[in-house]
Amino acid sequence: MTETTEKARIGAPSIAGFTEEGESLSPTPVATGPLGGDAAKSHSHGGGYGIPDSSRAGRLTSYRLADFPELKGTEEEWRFTPLRRLGGLHKDALDGAAPAVAVEAPEQVRVETVGREDPRIGSAGVPEDRVSANAWEHFSEATIITVPSGVQLEDRVLVTLTGAGLAAAAQHIVIVAEEGARAVVVLNHNGQAIVAENVEVVVGDRAELTLVSLQEWQDDSVHASSQQVKVGQDAKVKHVAVSLGGSLVRLTPTVRFAQPGGEAELFGLYFADAGQHLEHRTFVDHAQPNCVSNVLYKGALQGKDAHTVWVGDVLIQKQAEGTDSYEKNQNLVLTDGGRADSVPNLEIETGLIKGAGHASATGRFDDEHLFYLMARGIPEDVARRLVVRGFLHEIIQKIGVPSIEEHLTEAVERELEAGDN
Amino acid sequence: MSTLEIKDLHVSIETEQGVKEILKGVTLTVKTGETHAIMGPNGSGKSTLASTIAGHPRYTVTSGSITLDGEDVLAMSVDERARAGLFLAMQYPVEVPGVTMTNFLRTAKTAIDGNAPAIRSWTKEVKEAMAQLRIDADFAQRNVNEGFSGGEKKRVEILQLELFKPKFAILDETDSGLDVDALKVVSEGVNRAHAAGNMGTLLITHYTRILRYIKPEFVHVFVDGKIAEQGGPELADRLEEEGYDRYLAGAGTAVQA
Ligand SMILES: Nc1ncnc2c1ncn2[C@@H]1O[C@H](COP(=O)(O)OP(=O)(O)O)[C@@H](O)[C@H]1O
Ligand SMILES: [Mg+2]
Repeated sequence: MTETTEKARIGAPSIAGFTEEGESLSPTPVATGPLGGDAAKSHSHGGGYGIPDSSRAGRLTSYRLADFPELKGTEEEWRFTPLRRLGGLHKDALDGAAPAVAVEAPEQVRVETVGREDPRIGSAGVPEDRVSANAWEHFSEATIITVPSGVQLEDRVLVTLTGAGLAAAAQHIVIVAEEGARAVVVLNHNGQAIVAENVEVVVGDRAELTLVSLQEWQDDSVHASSQQVKVGQDAKVKHVAVSLGGSLVRLTPTVRFAQPGGEAELFGLYFADAGQHLEHRTFVDHAQPNCVSNVLYKGALQGKDAHTVWVGDVLIQKQAEGTDSYEKNQNLVLTDGGRADSVPNLEIETGLIKGAGHASATGRFDDEHLFYLMARGIPEDVARRLVVRGFLHEIIQKIGVPSIEEHLTEAVERELEAGDN
Repeated sequence: MSTLEIKDLHVSIETEQGVKEILKGVTLTVKTGETHAIMGPNGSGKSTLASTIAGHPRYTVTSGSITLDGEDVLAMSVDERARAGLFLAMQYPVEVPGVTMTNFLRTAKTAIDGNAPAIRSWTKEVKEAMAQLRIDADFAQRNVNEGFSGGEKKRVEILQLELFKPKFAILDETDSGLDVDALKVVSEGVNRAHAAGNMGTLLITHYTRILRYIKPEFVHVFVDGKIAEQGGPELADRLEEEGYDRYLAGAGTAVQA
């Protein structure tokens, strides 16, 4: 296959049978006959990869909703999002009850519920969009989870957020892994909610944090979540986004290197059914030298009007010499009627880097794949499952927490079953 | 002892220019233990016959029948045909994303047999079959056909033939694109499967080259969607010398050189 790959990186895995895709290139209702050839209609877009109209560095940030203009839906960062379905998160007062937070954690972990005035609020970042600012203005209390300095946890911290209704609400979570701490934190979003959320994550110097954000909402839920991660010196963060349930989920994970020597891995897995809109916009801000980042998001789509969006911004600032970064998105379209948008954006302000690559591919599980597997005796539903399982497993196995991996494997099976009938 | 019986088969496809009839009355009977070579020029409909037997949705049977021991094959879905004992080694095997060979082979074997093979003996069997076909062991962990060369894909088709043990194997130009060494390896695989004594073979080929390694009892010359002549191995020798020109002269315009 061909992929758009800047400064080609050796060893970047690829999926054969997948064709190159660039910006918004998956008008999947394209009629291809059973012998239609390539797995996906491909076309490459002009410049190979897109530099956003305005630099990511220049984007407005503010705690105040009023500083952000009202949304029209044509803005670069909102152009894929159906604002009508956002449940008012971008304009209404978010005074519904926030999803209930329950934390299961080893005893070394400090769990606090604090008011808006707590000084730790705002320590990882400033809202970068209108919905995030709206959430910031409206949350009434925040949950702060602290893994103290030097503490290395064996067990994961499980934060369960359970929504109990469709009154638009605001949520605020702060996660701090202090210097040298090591932990896995899981945010499990479920129930029914319309919620705008800010998750602030501070990874202290030499700390190692894995943060898994699971979106397993009920069907009619709407969730917009800004997850900003600040990475300390020689610290490591692994952020995993898994979006399966909800009518509209829009996650914007941002990783900002605050000190040199940091490492960030951003993984994502999504599975959109009929009518679902699942959007992930990753941003890695290489503001410091000698940091490494790797982004891999994989998604499957099944059913009419299943829509997924991945936009991956990487900014390598002038001072970020020695940067090594790579980002990749792969989508697998299982049925007609879905649409996968995939946009890598790379801005590089210095030539003194180790690598900066990106790839984006959208493939279609087509009749030829199905015929091949069925001609070996494999029934259609098993064949589909075999392919999707294999495709998504690459992300699941990166989580490194067996209980979550099992849970997700089962969740993916359920998604597939739901699509069978 | 099984019988695959094709009677007066007419098949058409939809093209942009409308419906096009490709098979124009094919009659052929293959029994367990027999090897039939089907030889013909490009575009004569050989792959169409193979794909129709396997049940590819692109091909519409307009009349005629295919039966396996009296059972109506045309009424079966693609996977049912495979489980009934039909195997098609494809001319152009597709790459299947996300599925490792190991996982694929085990899943298919389980589907065909109706129960999962015992893991230890199965692993050993796969390993040995791969070694005999000179397929690198690390292919087991690669995705199905992904990045395999043309020759590797053909070997992997024969690997499946040996592992799945079908009643009837249809080999669609398994020989094309193979160098002499690969051709020998692949032919040995087919001969091994045949020697087990429970298989009938339909060997589709454009060239006579493979017939040095696989010996058919029957040779059918396929021209313009029909069998134009049939006979024993001597017919293949004649084709070797004379080519297909003799048949093409009368065949009309549908045949491309
Ligand atoms: N996908 C297709 N679209 C249009 N015509 C096709 C297609 N597949 C096969 N045909 C036509 O059907 C005829 C038989 O093709 P095929 O069965 O592949 O022949 P062979 O295998 O003997 O070379 C040819 O004329 C070919 O052009
Ligand atoms: Mg052919």
